Amino acid sequence: MKWIINNRVNAIYVIIAAFLLLLPFVYESRNMLILLTQIFVFAILAMSYDLLLGFTGIVSFGHAMFFGIGAYSIGIFMKRFEPTMLHFLYAVLATILITAIVSFIVGLLTLRLKSHFYAMLTMALAGLFLVLAEKWRTLTFGNDGFTFRVPEVFIDRTNFYIICLLSMIAVFMILKRFTNSPLGRVLQAIRENEQRTESLGYQVLHYKIAASVVAGVLAGIAGIFYAMSLRYVNTSVFTMDITLDALLMTIIGGVGTLVGAIIGAGLIEFAHDGLTELAKEHWIFERWIIFFGIIYILVVIFFPLGIVGTLKKFTWKRRKQESAKNKENLAG
Amino acid sequence: MSELLKLNQIETHIGQYHILQGVSVEVKKGEVTVLLGRNGAGKTTTLRTIMGLNPASKGSIVYKGEAIQSLPTYTIAKKGIGYVPEDQGIFAGLTVEENMKVAIQKENEETHKRLDYILTLFPDLKKFWKKPGGLLSGGQKQMLSIARAYVNENELLLIDEPSKGLAPIVVEKVMESIMQMKEQTTIVLVEQNFYMASTIGDCFYIIDDGRSVSNGLMKQLKEDEEMKRKYLGIA
Repeated sequence: MKWIINNRVNAIYVIIAAFLLLLPFVYESRNMLILLTQIFVFAILAMSYDLLLGFTGIVSFGHAMFFGIGAYSIGIFMKRFEPTMLHFLYAVLATILITAIVSFIVGLLTLRLKSHFYAMLTMALAGLFLVLAEKWRTLTFGNDGFTFRVPEVFIDRTNFYIICLLSMIAVFMILKRFTNSPLGRVLQAIRENEQRTESLGYQVLHYKIAASVVAGVLAGIAGIFYAMSLRYVNTSVFTMDITLDALLMTIIGGVGTLVGAIIGAGLIEFAHDGLTELAKEHWIFERWIIFFGIIYILVVIFFPLGIVGTLKKFTWKRRKQESAKNKENLAG
Repeated sequence: MSELLKLNQIETHIGQYHILQGVSVEVKKGEVTVLLGRNGAGKTTTLRTIMGLNPASKGSIVYKGEAIQSLPTYTIAKKGIGYVPEDQGIFAGLTVEENMKVAIQKENEETHKRLDYILTLFPDLKKFWKKPGGLLSGGQKQMLSIARAYVNENELLLIDEPSKGLAPIVVEKVMESIMQMKEQTTIVLVEQNFYMASTIGDCFYIIDDGRSVSNGLMKQLKEDEEMKRKYLGIA
């Protein structure tokens, strides 16, 4: 409680979380519930991406690979076995194991490379998973994908909404703690200057792999919730669009802030939903991806720090001006 | 005094360029060895080669009796060599406190004592303890950079142009602090400011066109006008 009272920002977070927790009980809109659930799921994905991009300085074009592994793990478990909580837990465990192993191996093989080579290689590896999902039809049903049932507790949309919200809050808190830990500080040092960090005695590769594994596992968990929200999975979960969405959400919200990733996810999902609705009014809105492209270009030009980054900058400037004014007053 | 570091005919390539073409330096324990030379002579590359940031392609580097020329940078750092780069290399997004905490390799009572000592040496760092490193002035960044290398019990400090771009009054401060550190550790200093170099240094090596061309005691160099004119451009 002291932690909340002492920090205004934390108090705001708690109020927003409480509001979102109560929302389904006071506002009955199925569409809004589904949309917010999607936002929570993509916020987990975007936060995991922020750990790579914003805190470690790694640009990955293959993040969808882990998202897809999570989505297919839950889909396959729920399709092949009875949709019980036990099988759900097995699917979560399988996702954690597979994403951890894959991200570890991918990291070990590629993170020695310079950033752009790493980005290209991760894109190629994600492509490999996409092809695998397309061709291994006996398991994945190829491009068509498959539907599946979910455990009873997840059938109710309100329950599922609350589970996704709580998961998002948990991921936020874990990552906040992680990035403020000594390990997190080293990751930020790597982002700022890799060579300098190495000359302080850190084996940079090990730290980058650790970040890659944590980000991969969390992206896999986002994939689980995504597939469960649709109760359907197909190869689209491995496509570049998913990675680009995560990148866009992180950049629009503000890299290296975590909360920016959540805001970015909210904005993109709301914009996506709004533009799709507007398609009924005018055909131009059917091509909503064009608008996303324009938003992206404008943000990169005018708000390179993203929403949260820009707000932080303005707050800092204001404080600086206030302190200069106070000094002047004292002197004068 | 015993020998701490020895560079024997070191050659270093950066890409297609042959930067160091035969640098030999001996650093004695407890001394300040200054590398002098014109811009582009290879002084910074010599320090980076010792740290493994630009690995040597030929020759040997022996530190405390062990060849370190083929070791990775982090291992060299863990052996007790601290590096203060030319561009300060502080982490602008981390606070002064975080910059220091990242630098500490093993947190124990000794490092806490050293940290206290550092904060008396550089009181500005204490003042801006919770501020991001990027907001510090050039001099404060330099102090932070030196403090980071000094917080661990490093036996050898490599300091690259600590006076570069600083106001004369700040240079004096940095110089004073290095003089104090000299009491406790061995230093290899790259410095263009001859006044600073000759005040702090015990012995010197002149690097010219990637080769070590001359060496000796600093007091000899102070009196050798011909050598100063020839290699350092000091009239």
